[in-house]
Amino acid sequence: MKRPALPAMIAGSIAAAVWVLPYAWMVSTSLKPLDEIVADPTAPFPHRPQLEAYREVFAQVPVGRQMLVSFAMAVTIGLLQIALALPAGYALAKLRFVGRKVAFAIVVACLLVPAQVTFVSVFLMFSKVGLTNTFGALVLPFAASALGTFLVRQALMSVPDEIVEAARLDGASELTIIYRILGPLLTPTLVSIFLVSFVFHYSDYFWPLVMTTDDTVRTLPLGVALLKEPGSGVRWHVIMAGNVLLSLPVLGLFALAQKHLVRGIAGR
Amino acid sequence: MKPRAKLHPWLMLGPSLATWALFVFLPLGITALQSLFAWDMLTDAEFVGVANYAALAEGGELFRVLGRTLGFSVLVVAGAMTLGLSLALLLDRPGRFFGFVRGAVFSAYVVSWVAVALLWVLLLDPDRGVAASVVRAIGLGRVGFLTSPSSALPTLAGVTVWKITGYAMVVFLAGLRSVPKALHEAAALDGAGALARFRYVTWPALRPTAAFVATTSLIVSFQAFDVVRIMTQGGPAKATTLFVYAIYEQVFLNLSVGRASALAVVYFVVLSLLAVLQLRAFRAQGRGA
Repeated sequence: MKRPALPAMIAGSIAAAVWVLPYAWMVSTSLKPLDEIVADPTAPFPHRPQLEAYREVFAQVPVGRQMLVSFAMAVTIGLLQIALALPAGYALAKLRFVGRKVAFAIVVACLLVPAQVTFVSVFLMFSKVGLTNTFGALVLPFAASALGTFLVRQALMSVPDEIVEAARLDGASELTIIYRILGPLLTPTLVSIFLVSFVFHYSDYFWPLVMTTDDTVRTLPLGVALLKEPGSGVRWHVIMAGNVLLSLPVLGLFALAQKHLVRGIAGR
Repeated sequence: MKPRAKLHPWLMLGPSLATWALFVFLPLGITALQSLFAWDMLTDAEFVGVANYAALAEGGELFRVLGRTLGFSVLVVAGAMTLGLSLALLLDRPGRFFGFVRGAVFSAYVVSWVAVALLWVLLLDPDRGVAASVVRAIGLGRVGFLTSPSSALPTLAGVTVWKITGYAMVVFLAGLRSVPKALHEAAALDGAGALARFRYVTWPALRPTAAFVATTSLIVSFQAFDVVRIMTQGGPAKATTLFVYAIYEQVFLNLSVGRASALAVVYFVVLSLLAVLQLRAFRAQGRGA
């Protein structure tokens, strides 16, 4: 039975408009010159589109440097999480030992303590040892991911023990088994974990904000947010240009790897 | 399987456990301890017992922040669930068009909170914003979405819903796949209308998913900070000072580590209660899948 698709098409178009038009507005505003924004702020298109706003963003914010820091931070966190989650997930899924239940309970507990609870103390700890404004302060607290460990464990539960036993008989060390044999088997799970972590940390505003007080390791979300300081007035084209620069990499990644991201987030 | 050596499991778990000990459990302990001291990070800390808690409770600030955050969460959870479920039901169709719309809705979840917050500040600007001019065109007059104390919090909730509805939708879409098709067809043959089929076939199968979405978005909404800091700085008249922003304000603006820690402890307790809910949802989902 085929239902008429027209009402669904209309409703779908409305949804698309609600979620796509704001982006379109962002891009359109970023291409406007200042006098057009002042004269007619709600004009949908720029009369004389130009890239002046982007030049100004680059003049005000070290975009290249901050984007590099954001990328390096997000990639490092993602890789560390995978490197630590594999052996931990393996121990929890495949090995029988006293204290396994406790260890698993710790993972679940960490799943539920967000950085917003601990940041005051972590900030004070870091400032005591002079680690604020360092790359380490951005990366180390996220090196172990409870969610990543949980997902690796789940994925390994459905890998037959025989694979591990055969590898052991062949004389493979535990590290070889974890990283060389099981790692490749879990590629889809690991890709999802990496992508979800990357997208979150590349865009993260909270943690870099509280861990940095100067420009040394400031990330791009901070730089773009600084464009809208009191007194920026109607310089919306500049702010939106910064927004476009900030959003493009993740939207590009999203376009390329939507399926993996969705699987990582929906957990199936 | 037996580990090859007794120590192996702990060596494998070691790096993760050490990270969590250092950055989760130790800070939790320090926070609890610090909540009993008055400290401005410049002079020496002074033990004050529960005075920090008492001061927060006495001024009523604690309850206002808590109430505000809970109200915000209710709006966000209700909005994201209703919209997410409606969109999942609407867009669970084959074809490139619906695939595109699914991608468009979900993309907002991927984009930085900073970008989303800045974008909506522009759209909602009472004089220059498109949304505001639409409202004016309908004849509702000049609306200060972010400048009037009564509308600022619902506005932030609306922006948050816009951001996370894609998440809810994606989880609901995954949940819809577990609804048995045969049951649907049988119900249709028996003459059940679309509404009845939803009520008696789809919804019961989706309930664990719904519980999961409800609790995760509740926790996301409890962590709201970026939208507050960028769109309103907690104002106007503190109308949007949510929990995390209140903690941030105490430590970085008032330089009061003790008060901030006390707030963080209360925040943690409330969050743990919510986490119990989340755990139950996880379990329910495990059974349902």
